[in-house]
Amino acid sequence: MTGKQSCRLPSGGMIDRSRPLHFQFDGRDFEGHAGDTLASALLANGVKVAGRSFKYHRPRGLFGAGVDEPNVLVQLGGDTGTTNLRATEIELFEGLKARAVNCWPNARFDVNAVNGLLTRFLPAGFYYKTFLWPSWKLFEPIIRRAAGLGWVPERCDTTEYDTRYAHCDVLVVGSGPAGLAAARAAGSSGARVILCEQDALLGGSLLYTDAEIDGLAGPAWVERVQGELESYGETQVLTRTAAVGYFDHNTVVLHEKRLGRNESVDHRLWEVRAKRVVLACGSLERPIAFAGNDRPGVMLTSAVRQYVRRFGVLAGKRAVIFTNNNSAYELAKVLTAAGGIVSAIVDTRKTVPGGLADFVRTTGAEIFQGAAIAGTRGRHGLTQVTVRDGTGSTCRIAADLLAVSGGENPNVQMFCQSGGKLIYDEVLAHFRPGTTVQAEVSVGAANGTFDPATTLREGHDAGANAAVLTGFEPQARAPAGCTQDPAYAIEACWHVPGKGKAFVDFQNDVAVSDIALAQRENFQSVEHLKRYTTLGMGTDQGKTSNVVGLAVMGELTGRSPQKAGTTTFRFPYTPVPLAAFAGRARGTLYRPLRQMPAHDWHAANGAVFEEYGGWRRPAHYLRPGENAAKAEQREAIIVRERVGLFEASPLGKIEVKGPDAAGFLDRIYANTMSTLKVGNARYGLMLSEQGAIIDDGIAARLAEDCFLVGTTSGGAGRIAQWLEEWLQCEWIELDVVAAPVTTAWGTITLAGPRARDVLNAVGTDIPLAASEFPHMSFRVGTVAGIPARVFRVSFTGELSFEVNVPASRTQELWQAMMHAGRVFDIEPVGVDAWMLLRTEKGYMHIGVDTDGTTLPGDVGWGHVLKRGGDFVGRRSLSRPDAKRGDRLQFVGLESVSGSALPIGAHILTKDGASDGYVTSSGYSPALKQSVALGMVRAGRARLGEEIALAFQGDRHKARIVTPGAYDPEGKRLNV
Amino acid sequence: MLLIECPWCGPRDEIEFQCGGQSHITRPEFDKAGDAEWAGYLYFRINPKGVHYERWLHAAGCRQWFNLARHTVTHRILAVYRIGEPKPDVTA
Repeated sequence: MTGKQSCRLPSGGMIDRSRPLHFQFDGRDFEGHAGDTLASALLANGVKVAGRSFKYHRPRGLFGAGVDEPNVLVQLGGDTGTTNLRATEIELFEGLKARAVNCWPNARFDVNAVNGLLTRFLPAGFYYKTFLWPSWKLFEPIIRRAAGLGWVPERCDTTEYDTRYAHCDVLVVGSGPAGLAAARAAGSSGARVILCEQDALLGGSLLYTDAEIDGLAGPAWVERVQGELESYGETQVLTRTAAVGYFDHNTVVLHEKRLGRNESVDHRLWEVRAKRVVLACGSLERPIAFAGNDRPGVMLTSAVRQYVRRFGVLAGKRAVIFTNNNSAYELAKVLTAAGGIVSAIVDTRKTVPGGLADFVRTTGAEIFQGAAIAGTRGRHGLTQVTVRDGTGSTCRIAADLLAVSGGENPNVQMFCQSGGKLIYDEVLAHFRPGTTVQAEVSVGAANGTFDPATTLREGHDAGANAAVLTGFEPQARAPAGCTQDPAYAIEACWHVPGKGKAFVDFQNDVAVSDIALAQRENFQSVEHLKRYTTLGMGTDQGKTSNVVGLAVMGELTGRSPQKAGTTTFRFPYTPVPLAAFAGRARGTLYRPLRQMPAHDWHAANGAVFEEYGGWRRPAHYLRPGENAAKAEQREAIIVRERVGLFEASPLGKIEVKGPDAAGFLDRIYANTMSTLKVGNARYGLMLSEQGAIIDDGIAARLAEDCFLVGTTSGGAGRIAQWLEEWLQCEWIELDVVAAPVTTAWGTITLAGPRARDVLNAVGTDIPLAASEFPHMSFRVGTVAGIPARVFRVSFTGELSFEVNVPASRTQELWQAMMHAGRVFDIEPVGVDAWMLLRTEKGYMHIGVDTDGTTLPGDVGWGHVLKRGGDFVGRRSLSRPDAKRGDRLQFVGLESVSGSALPIGAHILTKDGASDGYVTSSGYSPALKQSVALGMVRAGRARLGEEIALAFQGDRHKARIVTPGAYDPEGKRLNV
Repeated sequence: MLLIECPWCGPRDEIEFQCGGQSHITRPEFDKAGDAEWAGYLYFRINPKGVHYERWLHAAGCRQWFNLARHTVTHRILAVYRIGEPKPDVTA
């Protein structure tokens, strides 16, 4: 097939004929030129059927030339490709490989075309009806298989995505005549201007119409303005960049596409905050619905014109034009000049404005007034159309191209997303911007202005005004003159009555008859119509179909389009890959993970890392021949028998200082802190205002007016913010500062019977004898020559020292301890063993054993609560619910059968309902039995009771016991 | 995406802030509040169509709490003021 571009004109178009590009579509080889889109190149090669419709798999061809294309959706690339791209938006590149979606094996011969024969069994809403009769289960597998467009790529996406933020004084959306005039006026003032254009080229309609501005042909004027914009230092021009979203406070989201250009980025999502926005988004042509209007060869008039002028492609040799407005007559000139034959113009209006018809008649084309297209023929593309005139008599005309225009819809997407309200213009038969809400203005065709001179003036004035409003002085003068197109005039015609399917939404196969069905079944609100029929719900979001569909429903229900209204316009205007939102935040950059100060040592010594609350921490240290379970058991034994070293740096540390520090902590903790002596430490519980336990930890008094508040690792950031909230919002009279210092300190915990020996060996000026440094106290000194804050507290139930040193010296201390501990057989311990040790000991872990409903009384801490004065959550503890006798309570669980109790297993009542659940569990190497903790209904009153548990179909038996099977008297702590 | 004028840092993007909900809620005294009054304090919030006075935290900035008056339909921010200051009189 290579080299055969049968529909390419011998000259003309903005393509580079010296640069041929080779590409593949549905496995066949083709050639196009630089400057082509995939669509124009397919059309140049005479490809008629290039897609299949979603529901009936009807053959479809190109209908549009831009973002509104409903039919030709393709999958680009191989197993890493991107799906559901519009062929009209893909710039051709060498080696491009595309496949039509929703068909197999290809668009021309599609196996599922059999659906077309079942049309009468698949009416609008058939899908919902299958829910009711006979059974959804019967239809579900079939519908699921048929649903969806395109294929999920098999390999990981290699496309490069990026995101960027920008600020500007004036954002201009669209670079047609109005947009260019606006950008030029605003840019000349020195204001920061961003001009975005979804196309690869600036110019919009100037690229394919005959307008002359300031004595220059459209494209030449565009080139001149482009030069001017480049000379303004603060103006940025973004091509291939569509404005897709308009959000609060003038935030506009842009989607920049650079696919297939071998650049560092394929997609970039911009979030632009603009002081003023000028919307020059142009208009989109809409079709008229008639029987057989989806046959390949039926196209929008604006598309046919663009293919000729911009790409040098003649979409058909014998054309018929069907219209209800003036713009189609220009197309007759364009086609004739390009060597095509226009057989007829079929105009639904009874009278055609005089001047227009004269030229057309000189070409030999027949003009049918007050007539309509009643049908089409052709198996793989159009061969004949049926014209019905005002009297009802019909005739057939041979044609391979039928260009249709039902009028222009101002592109109000961005305007509506900004919150603006539309009005329906009865004269021009379209919705255009009415009430403005944000700092934006619509100009040109987007504002329903189609006269070129007015368009230019609107654009210029809006750009200049936006510059003035942001404090700048525009310098550029307004464009002087502009040739006039024939005035735009229209008589609304939405569809041609008659037999046969007249499609409104091509992509979703919604026909006029489906809208009528929805009306009969009372889905008459436009939002109901949309959901019931899927009108406008395709990847094109109804760009060609919405207004037609809503107007048809309006006609059926006797409402004007203004009354019927439109559906809500939502982000995004054109499809944006989800990956573009993620941008660079993928893989290791998905979320930055924090590393502990001694990370490098752990990494070099067999640590297996896992993520805990945003930190990468060693779960265990693997030795040759070990698995995770074996490593956990070995490390737990080391702590019980000798000594283990554990890095606890993520433990939260907050310094609370000021004359009111003690009083403040009395209100924050549920137990008293003000009685703590300097140098001592105390365990404390923090509650939410609902009374639930939100954190626990050790607080130490460094001085009369200074405390070090310890939090759980997971609570470090949350609790610091919590303290600030109370200080800033509720008790603003308190003289206290709370400084989070978590990452300023590294924390290394020595645990085990030989912990004191190791600390001695590494060298410290702190007296370590039990009498001088007892359990639950705190000292400041040096350890291994490093300034240190040392807590004698325990998470494991063994003799334990928590040594805090400046983060930068943590690894140094770690190495010193490993070295000094060698004679005591010291080993590093990971989080797995650490959690097992506290489970053995029966220490609760906030957020593991407790949840957002657990009150202090539920975990046996009712007796330590402060008696006098208020604290956060206090009042909630006397609610009736808090005093219920059947609350879940924290208990130990001893397996009766000896098997480990799975975490999450439910304790069963006699009736088989849940009476609580297992929260922590493990096999204790010290006790040689499985140990577990859980929350059990009225558990503390049921000690000794044997209970049944269920987990994923398995049954277990256990006995309720006091938490803390290991060393219940705490002898090993006080040594 | 709101543009919020932090009283300390100036106009910043919404992504830097956390919303703390309704402002100007009086915390009852623990030993005087009945169950109903306490439940009202804990759980009951207004949900107006119109001006809403609410607390915001400049979490990824100065970490200060402040108040603002926002119109819940237009999302216009009508006033920004510091904690402890009285509700400003604003008209939507």
